[in-house]
Amino acid sequence: MTETVPAPRVPATRFAVPGRIAVSERAASVWQTATLTGIRRETPHAATFRFAVPDWAGHLPGQHLMLRLTAPDGYVAQRHYSIASAPDDSGHLELTLDHVRDGEVSGWFHTTARPGDTIELRGPLSGFFAWPGDRPALLLGAGSGVVPLMSMVRHHRTRGLGVPLRMLVSARSPGELIYAGELGAETTAVFTRSAPAGVPVGRLAAEHVAPLVAERPPGGWEAYVCGSNGFAEHASRLLVEAGQPVERIRIERFG
Amino acid sequence: MNVTRGFTGRPRVTDPGLPPGQYDARDEWPVLSAEVTPGLTPADWSFRIDGLVERPHTWDWERARALPASEYEGDIHCVTGWSKFGVRFGGVALDTFLDVARPAAAATHAVAYSHTGYSTNLPLADLTGGRAWIAWEYGGEPLAPEHGGPARLLVPHLYFWKSAKWIAGITLLDHDEPGFWEGNGYHERGNPWEEQRYSGD
Repeated sequence: MTETVPAPRVPATRFAVPGRIAVSERAASVWQTATLTGIRRETPHAATFRFAVPDWAGHLPGQHLMLRLTAPDGYVAQRHYSIASAPDDSGHLELTLDHVRDGEVSGWFHTTARPGDTIELRGPLSGFFAWPGDRPALLLGAGSGVVPLMSMVRHHRTRGLGVPLRMLVSARSPGELIYAGELGAETTAVFTRSAPAGVPVGRLAAEHVAPLVAERPPGGWEAYVCGSNGFAEHASRLLVEAGQPVERIRIERFG
Repeated sequence: MNVTRGFTGRPRVTDPGLPPGQYDARDEWPVLSAEVTPGLTPADWSFRIDGLVERPHTWDWERARALPASEYEGDIHCVTGWSKFGVRFGGVALDTFLDVARPAAAATHAVAYSHTGYSTNLPLADLTGGRAWIAWEYGGEPLAPEHGGPARLLVPHLYFWKSAKWIAGITLLDHDEPGFWEGNGYHERGNPWEEQRYSGD
């Protein structure tokens, strides 16, 4: 203890990055075999794939995993996907995948996969975009960005959690709204191309975000934003303008 | 090998520049920052080197820009799986800054931190010898805010989360200290050629 090394100093600016959420990392480095047990269509472009993963160590809502497919010549394609299901002890988990044009992995899932097929995955990964259920959650998602947020909504419901949780989702049209039949009073949907009768068409705006931020529940909102980079930039700007502290905005961008 | 029934994958490219498990993002440059993009102007920006150095030093925008220019032209690799070939960054070699601050003999590691509070750790050896830059231009244009502008760290031989956006400073240490993603389960070094994505890889 003769040497004093100064701790890294972060300058006092008006910007800040949120702190980490405590998660288990013991399972992340092991590839596990997962067996596809069911496929459920959500929208014309998205479907939910249910897997049996007997040794799954559990996850927090919002976490993702890495998945890989292997071709006969040894070629491997791997992708990160958010987990859609809430944590439970069923030994199963669900992923909801968009059918990406020319996507070699999502294309396989949407055109070839059937129950009984096996794939490999590792996870859960990252303690950043995770919600332990212990603090008020304000969720903003667009397109398949709703997937990790739905894990949080489902967790909130199945555990009967008392902390406030609200969700704003943006979809092109009612038919493109993933989990439409499952969304409840906690959710407000915004439609950017076509909307049901009586619902205006338009982008997520201050009029949607500001009233929710203004509710300021005890302990304050932890905001979770998930979608394309364009949506993430737009939604996070709306949150900041409404007074949400930047160090309590967690962003997961596609890519 | 666990072959996936019916999976063939995209046409094989034998590109020696592509590390294992990566694909070519071509014209895409995904943005993956976990925090709100700061509205940081060049006038707000500064860059400091301290810790185990003989002369801790802070540069403002004008003084940093006045240093001898240096370019990187080559490839970058993101831990999420994409690589981007033949990108061109302009800035100043980190060696130029370190020559002023003079690392102490005991310095072995560094923590790079951003104006947002983001941080990432690197062995000092990965930051010297013409392998790291402070970059403010991309393709000859000012670096966009969402890509780390006004200036970011650039360490292209490691996964790109090491190339801290909105770079604010580097603190030299005599030990390794995990940064933001490293504390969230990512690998301490992040060498794409050894596929060091997560802790334990």
